[in-house]
Amino acid sequence: MNMLSEVDVEKKLYPAPDQPKAKMKGDNVSVFYGAKQALFGVSLDVPEKMVTALIGPSGCGKSTFLRCLNRMNDTISICRVTGNITLDNRDIYDPKIDVVQLRARIGMVFQKPNPFPKSIFENVAYGPRIHGLVKDKHHLDEIVEKSLQRAGLFTEVKDRLHESGTGLSGGQQQRLCIARAIAVSPEVILMDEPCSALDPIATAKVEELIDELRENYTIVIVTHSMQQAARVSQRTAMFHLGNIVEVGDTEMMFTSPTEKRTQDYITGRFG
Amino acid sequence: MTTAYFLILALLTVSWFLVGRQRASSIAGADPASLHSLPSYHGLFLAALICLPMILIFIVGAPLAERYIEARAFSGLDPATISDELGRSAVLRDIQSVLAGNYAGTATPELTTAASAYSSAASITSWLLLIAGIAAALVAAMFGFRLIGPEFRARNSVERLVKYILLACSAIAVLTTVGIVFSVVFETIQFFSKVNPIDFLFGLQWSPQTAIRADQVGSSGAFGIVPLVTGTLLITVIAIAVAGPLGLFAAIYMAEYASPRTRSIVKPILEILAGIPTVVLGFFAALTVAPFIRGSGESIGLSVSSESALAAGLVMGMMIIPFVSSLSDDVINAVPQSLRDGSYAMGATKSETIKKVILPAALPGIVSAFMLAISRAVGETMIVVMAAGLAANLTFNPLEAVTTFTVQIKTILVGDQEFDSAKTLSAFALGFVLFFFTLVLNFIALQIVKRYREQYD
Amino acid sequence: MTDIASTNDIPVTDTPRDALVKKRYRAERRFKFYGIAAIVLTALFLSVVLLDVLFKGIPAFSEYRLDLKVVADQALLDPQKTGDRTTLLAGNYDKIIRDALAAQFPDVTTRADRRALNGLLSSGAADDFRRMVSNNPSLVGQELTVPVLLSDDADQFLKGYQTNEIVLKGTGTLTQTLNGDAYALRSSGDDFGKAFQEIQAFLFQRLDRLHTEIARLEKTLQGMEGDAAESLRGQVDTYKAEAETLNARISDANTAIELDDKLPSLLVNVNGGTIKATQISPAGVDGTKLITPKSAEPASPGSWSILTLVTPESNRRVQDQAATWLEQLKASGTIERGFATRFFTSGDSREPELAGIRGALIGTLWTLAVTLILCLPLGVGAAIYLEEFAPKNRLTEVIEININNLAAVPSIVFGLLGLAMFLNFFDLPRSAPLVGGLVLALLVMPTIIIASRAALRSVPPSIKEAALGVGASHQQAIFHHVLPLAMPGIMTGTIIGMAHALGETAPLLMIGMVAFIVDIPGGITDASTVLPVQIYLWSDLPEVAFQAKTAAAILVLLVFLFVMNAAAIMLRRRFERRW
Repeated sequence: MNMLSEVDVEKKLYPAPDQPKAKMKGDNVSVFYGAKQALFGVSLDVPEKMVTALIGPSGCGKSTFLRCLNRMNDTISICRVTGNITLDNRDIYDPKIDVVQLRARIGMVFQKPNPFPKSIFENVAYGPRIHGLVKDKHHLDEIVEKSLQRAGLFTEVKDRLHESGTGLSGGQQQRLCIARAIAVSPEVILMDEPCSALDPIATAKVEELIDELRENYTIVIVTHSMQQAARVSQRTAMFHLGNIVEVGDTEMMFTSPTEKRTQDYITGRFG
Repeated sequence: MTTAYFLILALLTVSWFLVGRQRASSIAGADPASLHSLPSYHGLFLAALICLPMILIFIVGAPLAERYIEARAFSGLDPATISDELGRSAVLRDIQSVLAGNYAGTATPELTTAASAYSSAASITSWLLLIAGIAAALVAAMFGFRLIGPEFRARNSVERLVKYILLACSAIAVLTTVGIVFSVVFETIQFFSKVNPIDFLFGLQWSPQTAIRADQVGSSGAFGIVPLVTGTLLITVIAIAVAGPLGLFAAIYMAEYASPRTRSIVKPILEILAGIPTVVLGFFAALTVAPFIRGSGESIGLSVSSESALAAGLVMGMMIIPFVSSLSDDVINAVPQSLRDGSYAMGATKSETIKKVILPAALPGIVSAFMLAISRAVGETMIVVMAAGLAANLTFNPLEAVTTFTVQIKTILVGDQEFDSAKTLSAFALGFVLFFFTLVLNFIALQIVKRYREQYD
Repeated sequence: MTDIASTNDIPVTDTPRDALVKKRYRAERRFKFYGIAAIVLTALFLSVVLLDVLFKGIPAFSEYRLDLKVVADQALLDPQKTGDRTTLLAGNYDKIIRDALAAQFPDVTTRADRRALNGLLSSGAADDFRRMVSNNPSLVGQELTVPVLLSDDADQFLKGYQTNEIVLKGTGTLTQTLNGDAYALRSSGDDFGKAFQEIQAFLFQRLDRLHTEIARLEKTLQGMEGDAAESLRGQVDTYKAEAETLNARISDANTAIELDDKLPSLLVNVNGGTIKATQISPAGVDGTKLITPKSAEPASPGSWSILTLVTPESNRRVQDQAATWLEQLKASGTIERGFATRFFTSGDSREPELAGIRGALIGTLWTLAVTLILCLPLGVGAAIYLEEFAPKNRLTEVIEININNLAAVPSIVFGLLGLAMFLNFFDLPRSAPLVGGLVLALLVMPTIIIASRAALRSVPPSIKEAALGVGASHQQAIFHHVLPLAMPGIMTGTIIGMAHALGETAPLLMIGMVAFIVDIPGGITDASTVLPVQIYLWSDLPEVAFQAKTAAAILVLLVFLFVMNAAAIMLRRRFERRW
């Protein structure tokens, strides 16, 4: 554990000069809501086992792009996606791909904590159950415990696993949602402004958690807060008006952005 | 027979569900995640494969079987006795009672042979049907069983089926309308082959009694709906005259003046009134209101019919008050607060705001509420059946007895009827007119409401 | 402070503008008053309906029974001494009961009188006796007290619906003189003077009423021609003649008045017997016996009484003789009023006192069961499809418009559908709960679809997204998460829909659920009726007792509706979730 975190620190301090392996690739992705176009040919690589932050002013298309990555946009009937998105070099919009299995590999955490109005245990157990990951009752308990532990929630809730998940505080709820997402052992976790509904202390906890999760998962996070992007991510993509303005290592972006718009945005001149 | 068939169906379905689930589990072995779909979906898939062909075979097979059985039974009988529908069903009844052993009197030899032919044909066909059903189901299930494997997307197949089932559920609603249209249209067309549509629409006399047999003495019937139209209109006008102002003022008060406390008291009152079955209101109209109106009318020297249009209309008006008030309440509440604020800011009083701003803004909604109320009043049956008369008087005097569409439909169709007589068919023609009148009224009203809501959303 | 206010204020003089403001406020108050008046009127109407039904219906929940001492005679019940239930069921219990009743009235000897006496009893009077004995054969040969049901007329009389009764206790000593069959009764007090005045007052009243009626008819006659006028004129003449005779009868304050059956009946109870007055004068009455007094001794003050039955005998179903018998039975304490359990345990009957709502209740249960089984899954299925799966296209729009319209189609039209489709086309059995349930299911399905869609829509999309986010399929998200959360709303809508179905009458008339059915239906294909239809059927019957039964059945129906609606409200309150 100690070793690993040292490696982490190293990685953060001295990013590898060569590009790390891309877990997901978006190529020329455009999204239309009816006649309205929301994304204009966006291309972005998501490196493996890193946190990629998507930043930009509201309505810039960052959430839309995020929702393309696990095909959540499918649930909106007027939404149309063109271009190419791959996961491990496989097109996820391929009609042969089962969207349900795809989402099991790419988990998602939403802006507002949305636990099911069921017990904490059931919240976490739901995913493994529907995906048939459970051998028996004991195994399920194990998965739930491990997931809650990874989400740093277990010690707080271990005595009330069978109480309703909606009774937790906002920050705990959001960590429960993260536990729920990792319970199905996804490879990628998408987070859509996961801290926007939380207070600063809860936010700090979730950010800490994100940093720990990076060790095992590829994470894409949409965030409104520049500081958050700087704190948790290794790579940052700046969106504006449905286009990517700039992509790069977070440190580089925040210290020496090449684009003027990025600079304006991170210094708070617009957004 | 039917019971046995469906019992076997249920049994096979359950057992193959278990088989499928077990098979999938054992394929997966220690690693349940290696399956695409959960084992229970594989089970459900097999169960559906059993169910569908068996049901299909029954739906197709049972009527065929019945026809075959009847043909076999009738083959030995005198063709004269089975020349028409009536005779055939009489013979079938006899055969059934012979088979059940409770035939009154001694059966003729022909009947006995027919009965034995019937029973043997029945048992042959039921066995055939059963075997065919099971065979088809097993073939389908074997086919499905071979599909089970880690890659097989059982969930997707099951979900596709579920989706079709849900679609079928919502199709029922459409089928109901189609059914209504067909039931009234066919009979109405038949009716118009006996009665001239012009006489029907513009005739001033309604007396549907027709001679049942050709040699019977009796009137040939008169089928002019004008008296029914005026009668229905009269009662509806009275009802709306009561419910319109009362319902509207109640709604205005509830929406604009009432405190939440008052609302919480008055709303249940209106809901209770709305929930009272019309047969209860009919009883009240016929036994309390009508004698009261007659008594008070006579005490001031008026002659009042004991089944006056006034009694039925008044009570019907009371019945639709909650209807008018709740619909109007909704539309008044939908008027945006900004309109009210604008009016108040200019120093208008509440009633001025309501009269000059809110009501004009809510007018389309209120109009549609009235239209729906009219359609409700026109289609209401029990109050008029119990409190209004049968006599088709062409009058606008609310103290006289009048009759309505619904009363006539009920009167003609309740009790024994000759199916093809003009009298019976006329009820369907009345139903046709009633259905399309209310349909058009409802359609227009609902469209107005929809547009109104879109305007303020 | 005051100074500043007055200098800066709008002038308070009576300007025309001020008058206008007053006028506007008056209009405001008037307008508000209209609103209150509308609500008050509506509430008033509702309470009048409910109270009317309540007052009419309450008496039907009780019935008068006669506790009769009988001997379960072996010869009449089981002459072969088999002790067998079938034999015992077929025994002649009626004769035992009738004989026991006749034994209480030794005066009753003629055939006609006996028939009249038996008329006090219900045709089902022996039912309880029969049940007692057949359930317990050891009772044969024993002396028993059995409850015997009275006829509807007797019941109505005892409940006071046939006539008002006035009892005057005798204040003087009553002497009776027997002259052949005729009794002459004289009191030492002014008892008969009071009774005489009552009769006179009654006659005046009637004269008054005749005069108004004559005046009304004459007014109607003005300007009338033809046959109708002719018959009316005849009516007027009859009334006039009647008024003449009445006038003659009451011209003299002291002449004796003949009491015919168009006048109130005066019955004098003395020494355990009853004399019916045929002629009254202030001094006393002449009359005939209805029950022979036990002695001819003078009766002391307070021991005798005059009973006036105000409604004239010709307007009553219970004649004076029968009334006297009933009064005597009542006085002997063998008549008791009890809860009419029969109302809930028996089926329909032509005899009001035997008719019950059990058949209709069971029929309702079967019908609603069919309705629920059909319309709940279909309605919810349709709602899920339309809310979650339906593509937004023309077809969906048509389905939606169609459902909204269907909710407003008159219910009788659904009856036509049932008649033409289910009965005539599919050949399903008439009058059966199966068909009734089918028709009602189609009738309430739009309600359930609309309520279910609203319930599904009220579940926040974030729940569905959460499920989709962990890789649930669309259907898993709906069936595992959205539907359970929408269930309280769906159930509320369903209960309201079922309450609607419970009160529905018209479509069931069309499919023949109006037949007179005595048997309790045993399944969904047996001929049966339902509660609202039973109410309709009873309300049409001429017997007065059925009016009370109708109102009582309505009360039962309203209780059911009340319970269902209360359940719906509780469900809504309890599970309502604000997201």
